[in-house]
Amino acid sequence: MFNWFRHKRSAQNAKERLQLVLIHDRTNLTSEELTALKDEILQVISRHVDIDTEAVQIAVEHDGRSQRLVADIPLRSLTRRRAG
Amino acid sequence: MASQVITVSSGKGGVGKTTAVANIAVALAANGSKVACVDGDIGLRNLDVVMGLENRIVYDIVDVIEGRCRLRQAMIRDKHLPDLYLIPAAQTRDKNAVSPSDMVRLCNELRPEVDYVIIDSPAGIERGFRNAIAPADRVLVVTNPEVSAVRDADRVIGILEAEEKHAPALVINRLNPALVKQHDMLSADDVLDLLGIALIGVVPEDETVIVSSNRGTPVAMDQKSRAGQAFRNIARRIKGETVPFLDLERQAGIWDRLQKIAGRR
Repeated sequence: MFNWFRHKRSAQNAKERLQLVLIHDRTNLTSEELTALKDEILQVISRHVDIDTEAVQIAVEHDGRSQRLVADIPLRSLTRRRAG
Repeated sequence: MASQVITVSSGKGGVGKTTAVANIAVALAANGSKVACVDGDIGLRNLDVVMGLENRIVYDIVDVIEGRCRLRQAMIRDKHLPDLYLIPAAQTRDKNAVSPSDMVRLCNELRPEVDYVIIDSPAGIERGFRNAIAPADRVLVVTNPEVSAVRDADRVIGILEAEEKHAPALVINRLNPALVKQHDMLSADDVLDLLGIALIGVVPEDETVIVSSNRGTPVAMDQKSRAGQAFRNIARRIKGETVPFLDLERQAGIWDRLQKIAGRR
């Protein structure tokens, strides 16, 4: 049973590793640089609005051969802030 | 019909580029087309042995480019197929003996002679590769369902995009259906999903490929070989036919579908 699970994973493992490595190869962005980029984006935005940093999602996604940086940055509502 | 120059490249070495060139060329020529293969790997000649023509070489590609012989003199006729020719690579150590514009000129001279020119690109992304893609109307990228080969194929595809070449088509070579079934090899769909280009063929791993290259008779001549069948299908697709992919070529097996239904993937 254990073997069976391990077996199932190796192709999946290859695919997941390749997905990451190809994003880096295509964009010339290392994962450290990507983290730095995310931090800076969040800094700039939070200078203007209050954001829910816990719920932020920023990732490089690929669609065929094009990549896009997709950011989902929830804003804290003004009313909630006042209430708090 | 206007002739077409097709370059076969891969990035990584050893994925079966030369075998693919020999077999696609044989299949096209056996199907009534006039074909010239060009070995673009200057200094590491090997298409001649795969095709079984190593004893017939008098002149090579550098001789043509440097004017030591006429084009026709360097075109070696195949032993079996009268409409198949090989222009061998030079064994010279000077990799700079050929330039991209030399290749364009050579292919322009070949175009009126044949229906297809098939260029075997060297591995890597340096001069030899640049030479090989310079005259190409169409590029086939060969890969294996392995991490290193897929990564290098992606680099090559990226360079072709940057050069604004016509979108390349993918040949997945040496796919082992049993390993795919037990989820220990990337499936054709996985590789397509990662690389994001069109598929032109999936060639199964097949012992007859080695046996036939030992003999210098490409496997596409062997009607019983599954790899041979896959190469013949690629040749038909190059000619514009719609050929359904072999069963092994679509690896979304029952297990895969069950998992998808169960929402595990």
